[in-house]
Order: sequence, then C-alpha cells, then structure tokens
Amino acid sequence: MTFKSLVLGAVLAASGATALAQQFVALPSYRVGPYASGGAGFYGGIIDYFNLVNANGGVNGVKVTWEECETEYNPSRGVECYERLKTSQGGATLVEPLSTGIAYGILDRIPQDKIPMTMLGYGRSDAANGKVFPYVFPLISSYWSQAAAMVKYLADKNGGSLKGKKIVHLYHDSAFGKEPLPVLEALAQQQGFELVKIPVAPPGSEQQAQWLQIRQARPDHVILWGWGVMNSVAIKTAQRNGFPREKILGVWWAGSEEDTVPSGDAAKGYTAMSFNTPGNYPVLDNIRQTVYGAGKGNLADKGRIGSVYHMRGVTAGILFVEAMRAAQEKFGKGKPVTGEQLRWGLENLNIDAARQKAIGAVNMFPTVKTSCEDHEGSGAVKVQQWDGKKWVAITPNWIVGDRALVKRLVDESSTKYAAEKKLTPACLK
Amino acid sequence: MFYREAGQFKTTYEADGQILPIRQDRIALLATLTLAVLVLPFVATPYLLSAILIPFLIFALAALGLNILTGYAGQLSLGTAAFMAVGAFASWNFVYRFPGLPILVAFVLGGLCAAMVGIAFGLPSLRIRGFYLAASTLATQFFVVWCLTKIPALTGGSASGVITAQKIVILGYAFDTPQRKYVLVLLIVALMALLAKNMVRSNVGRSWMAVRDMDVAAEVIGIRLMRTKLLAFAVSSFYCGVAGALYAFAYLGTVEPEAYSLDLSFRILFMIIIGGVGSILGSFLGAAFIVLLPVGLNIVAHGLGLPTSVASNLELMVFGALIIFFLIVEPHGLARLWQIGKEKLRLWPFPH
Repeated sequence: MTFKSLVLGAVLAASGATALAQQFVALPSYRVGPYASGGAGFYGGIIDYFNLVNANGGVNGVKVTWEECETEYNPSRGVECYERLKTSQGGATLVEPLSTGIAYGILDRIPQDKIPMTMLGYGRSDAANGKVFPYVFPLISSYWSQAAAMVKYLADKNGGSLKGKKIVHLYHDSAFGKEPLPVLEALAQQQGFELVKIPVAPPGSEQQAQWLQIRQARPDHVILWGWGVMNSVAIKTAQRNGFPREKILGVWWAGSEEDTVPSGDAAKGYTAMSFNTPGNYPVLDNIRQTVYGAGKGNLADKGRIGSVYHMRGVTAGILFVEAMRAAQEKFGKGKPVTGEQLRWGLENLNIDAARQKAIGAVNMFPTVKTSCEDHEGSGAVKVQQWDGKKWVAITPNWIVGDRALVKRLVDESSTKYAAEKKLTPACLK
Repeated sequence: MFYREAGQFKTTYEADGQILPIRQDRIALLATLTLAVLVLPFVATPYLLSAILIPFLIFALAALGLNILTGYAGQLSLGTAAFMAVGAFASWNFVYRFPGLPILVAFVLGGLCAAMVGIAFGLPSLRIRGFYLAASTLATQFFVVWCLTKIPALTGGSASGVITAQKIVILGYAFDTPQRKYVLVLLIVALMALLAKNMVRSNVGRSWMAVRDMDVAAEVIGIRLMRTKLLAFAVSSFYCGVAGALYAFAYLGTVEPEAYSLDLSFRILFMIIIGGVGSILGSFLGAAFIVLLPVGLNIVAHGLGLPTSVASNLELMVFGALIIFFLIVEPHGLARLWQIGKEKLRLWPFPH
C-alpha cells in the first residue's frame, strides 16, 4: 500500500464515502498442514479469478473483496476463522471452507447468520435439498452424484452392464470415505455387481495388506476413494502388486497433479474423476495476462495455473461471481448484495454454454442450473487420465449417473435430518 | 509490595486452610470471576465469546483433567482426546436414546462413561509406569476412535459417522446464543475447577502426590496403590469426558471421531507442560497459551499485510519458537513463572 493510497483511503473514510461498493467473501483457507498443496491451489484459483474480475471493473462495478484465515484444515480453528470472518469488513456474504469437518462445524450457524456456504465437490450430499438446507450449496456435483456417475462410466466401459462384475471400494476410513456407500450399495443391488469394501486407516501411508486383499479378490475395477498421501501410496502399491492402473478409478480428490507426480511412472494410465475438463481456456489466459502480468497472481509458481486444484478454484470463483450477478439482477445492479440476497443468487444460477463462452470457459465445467429443489445444479462429471505428464479428459461428454436414485437418497436423508432438527422443509423466497 | 501480607493474621484453622491464603489473591480471583460472569457476556463480541473464550474454557477443563492424572498422580497419558470422545459420544447417545433426559445429566453420564473407560485403560498402570504407560494409553486413543468408526450403533447409524449435536436446553431454557453458551461453559468449568482444587488439597490429592513421588514409599506408608491410581484415572477421565461433551455441544456443534484425534491429545499435553504440571492455575494458563497464541499471531500477521502463505508458515514457526523459549526459561511452566513473579512482588522493592 503506497502513501498515496493510504491518504486517499483516509480521506474517503473521513468523508463518509465508506460505502465503496464491495462484496465480501470469507475464505477460511489452509496453506500449511497435510492438505496445504490442495488448499493453496484451490484458494489461489478463487483469488486469481476475483482479481481478474476486479481488474475488469468488478461485478457491475462492485469490487469483490475477500479475507483469508488459516484453518490448517482443523475444524476447531475453522470455526474460529468463520466467527472472525463473518463480521469482518461489514459482514461476509459467502463462505467456502473446503473441508468437510469445518463445513459440518458451521452448518448450524450459517442459517442463523444468513451467510450461504458452498461446498464444491465435498460435504453432505443431502444438502442438495434446498428445502432443508437453504444456505448450503454442494455446487456442480456432490459425492453421491459422483459415485453414481462412476458406476455409470464403469458400466459403459463394460458394454453397458456390470452384472457379475466385482468392484472394490478402497476408501479413506472417515466420513469422507463412507459418504458414497449408500449409493454404491444401492447400485450394486440394482445392477448386480459385487461390491467389496476395503477401508484404509487414515492417513493411508501403509496399504500393503489392502492391496494383497485386492489381488486375492481379483476385481474388475477399483474405486479409489482416497485423500492426500493415501492416493500416491495406493498407486505405487498397486504397481508393486502388479495391479493395472487403468483399472483404478479415483475420486476427484484423488485426481490432481499432487497425487500423480509423486508416484512417477506408476501413475501412468491411472484414471480419476473430475468436474473440470483439463486443458487451457481463454479465462486462464486472461488470468495469466491481466493478473499475473500485473504481479497480483496468488500462486507462487506460475506453472500451476490450470492445474487441477487451481482450475477448481477458478471454477468456484466463476460460480460465486455469477451468483453475485444473478442476485444483482434481481435486487439492483451496481450494489453489493446481502448474504440473504446472494443465497437467492446461488439458488437461481443459470450458467449455460452461452454464458460460459462469455466468461471464456466453454466446457471447463458442466452447465450449472440451480433451484430450490436442486442446490447442486448439475451432477455431471468427467473422467480424466494421467498420461505421465498431464491429465487428459477421456470422456468427451459429461457423465451423469442415476439421478433418480440420488434424488431419492437425498430426499430420504434430508428428511431425516429435518425431523431430527425439527425443521419444516420449505423453499425460501 | 503488591503481595505484602502484613496485617493478615490467621487466627482460626479455617482461615489457615483457605484455598487462597493471601487476601490479594482472593480479591483478584473474585474480580476475575465477577468480570467473567457479570461483565464479559454483555460487553464481549460474539466472536470473542464463541470462538475464543468457549474453546479456551473447554480446553482448560480437559487440561485440568490431564493435569490431575499426569501432574498430581504422575501417570503419563496420551489418551486425553479419546476420553473426550467417549464423553461426547456418550452424552450424544444418552440424549438421542432417552429423549427428555436433562442435558446436564447427560453430560454427567457422559463423564461417567469416560471414567469407566479410563479405569479400564488405567489398569496397566498397576504394572507399568512412565513412558511405557504413555504408550499403553495411546492404545485408548486408537481403540476408541476405531470403535466409533466401526460400530454404527454408537453414531446412531449415520452413514458418514458425523452427527450433529442436539441443542442445549435446560429447564426449557435454550442455550443457543454465544452469551448463554459461554455462561453455561464458564459455570461448569469454574465449578469443576473448584472441585479439583479442593480434591488435590484433600487426602485424596495427597495420596496421588505420594504415588507420583514414589509409589513404593507410598505403598509402605499404607496407601493402596490400585485404588489411588484407578481413582486418578477415573477422576481425570471424568473431567476429560465432560470437556469432550462441551466441546461437541457448546463449541463445534457436531460430534465426529476425527475431531478427537491424537493431535488433540498432544495439544492438551502441551498445555499442561507449558502451563505447569501439577497446578490447577497452570491448566488455564497453558490452555490460554495454546488456544490464543496462534489466533493472535494470525491476526498480527494479517494486520502486517503479509502474503497468506508466508503468514501461515510464519505463525507456526513463531509458535514453535515461543514454546521452546518458554520451556528453556522456565521448564516448570507458566504457573511457576507466575509464582516466581508473586514472590518477587512480595519482596519488592527489596531484592531479598
């Protein structure tokens, strides 16, 4: 901050012109600890996109502001961060903790504070029901949609049917790893494949026994529902046991450069899910030029622009900004919107192909259209493969699993939650 | 000068046996409590109450529990978080399975469940001691978390194993705002701290200390080792269990096994080492140090406008360096530092 801007700021503040149009977003991020690489990439992407938007004049003239707070991925510190950020800079209007633990910790607080929370690709899948969780948005795709899509992809790969096949679900033994079980079990029964569930104790740095078990079971496919260090260990152990990596299908938290690069050659041919199509897009070029060109880039290593986590962050940024736009359309352009209004914006997102083209992100993520019944807005995913150097999408089209089944499970689970909490499910205006 | 005791005569045994023998201490404690109960809830921001003071009090209670076991009875333990988890899950289950059960009763029952687990895992202490015992209490940590992830009945059959804590309602009065939660936690912690202080001054506490100092000698003078050690485990686990229940109900709002990781056990161990082993005050000072310092450093780093990645790493480095510095300056912890300070103040301005 230069002297001039300080003086300018002081003058503005003194003259009562503090109502500089600003939209504040709370980012309880993590850049140290076991998941630092993911956190730095994801939040780096969000901030890069916000900087790009601000450089181009903001959202109809409203600047996006944000503040980070280090959570170390620890729920206790995450709650502290949330409490600190929610009143910062006149009040947060959106929060994205990128951690299931923290999201659960603040789940009950956000409706009271009227701050919408997004959970891009994690967290409670049943929060897709906006009647029970009006302030929670598992945007693009929840774990259940992903699991359904995985089964659909594997079925297509086997000529349309998985009857008589054997699939191993190798999972991180935590809430995260157990989340897809209802979907996988229902689909196993429905489609007639055998599901073998093998847990890995966190953090998952030792998997010799599990892979021995897998070798004995001789499955047709292995679903790797892993996280952090568990992924590269799984890939390397699979290689040591002679298990073909092409048969392993990772969850999207097991499908980043951070998971494959440390495994070296062992990762070649490994496939994983994603809700982004890897590649380059005009919006990324704009970020390189406008943001990094001005020295305002958030990533220390420019080479990571467009990496899986970074692109996920940029996608999150796009969704947030589009929600602000949608809310402004309804509640008045050129003015910052409140948390309640932004919630409306998130609930009425409509990012179709034309809008994606305007942003410069055609096909970078599936089209998103949300409503009160569907806070997810898409449920479509892609499968990507590691070619030894980079991720390549191997499914040209977006895959959508059994939506009806997912919807049924979402309704069942969220109704149970509403009954426990004595809530009356209803759409907010 | 501030601690001059001139004129404070003790003429009765009661006066001689007070918890705080110096009048200044009594006044200070009363003032602190008055401030905490009557002023803070009204003037403090919700952020200060719900994000700083509540976790501080809860961790202080857990540290108190560990201090009873490690500081007073000399039994090393690494299973603190596991006892907290037992308390939290048991309380949740009592409220879940017996609707209408008063929540305070559920907390007490949760604490009692933790005490029973504590007794079971304290049994090895009769044969082994020191680091070997620490390793065996480590088993509690793994066993309890394993049970909670493996036995669906304990988590009410929830698919993901994460459950949301019920609302705290006492006699129809809902403790749902930061102010109310803070007052509830404060009262529970203050009451239990007073109980602990009196316990360690009584014959129970003296027998714990005798066992800590030399268990063979204690046995020779007629202290029953088994009873004393297991009592220490039970009381300590009870405290940790109640702290765990408060952590879930009054702070996090969720009950999940991962919140009670080995990491938490270590942090509580650091609290009593930094605060002062074998001191009630030390538990509070240590909890304050471990809870407040990272937050403070984070705010300072933010204020300086450092890039977030640098700030995050710097925070850890400064925190680590401060721990090492404090332990070199005063290996007996902050409580001892305070005690030395008090002695110096008594003599001030004369050096001796």
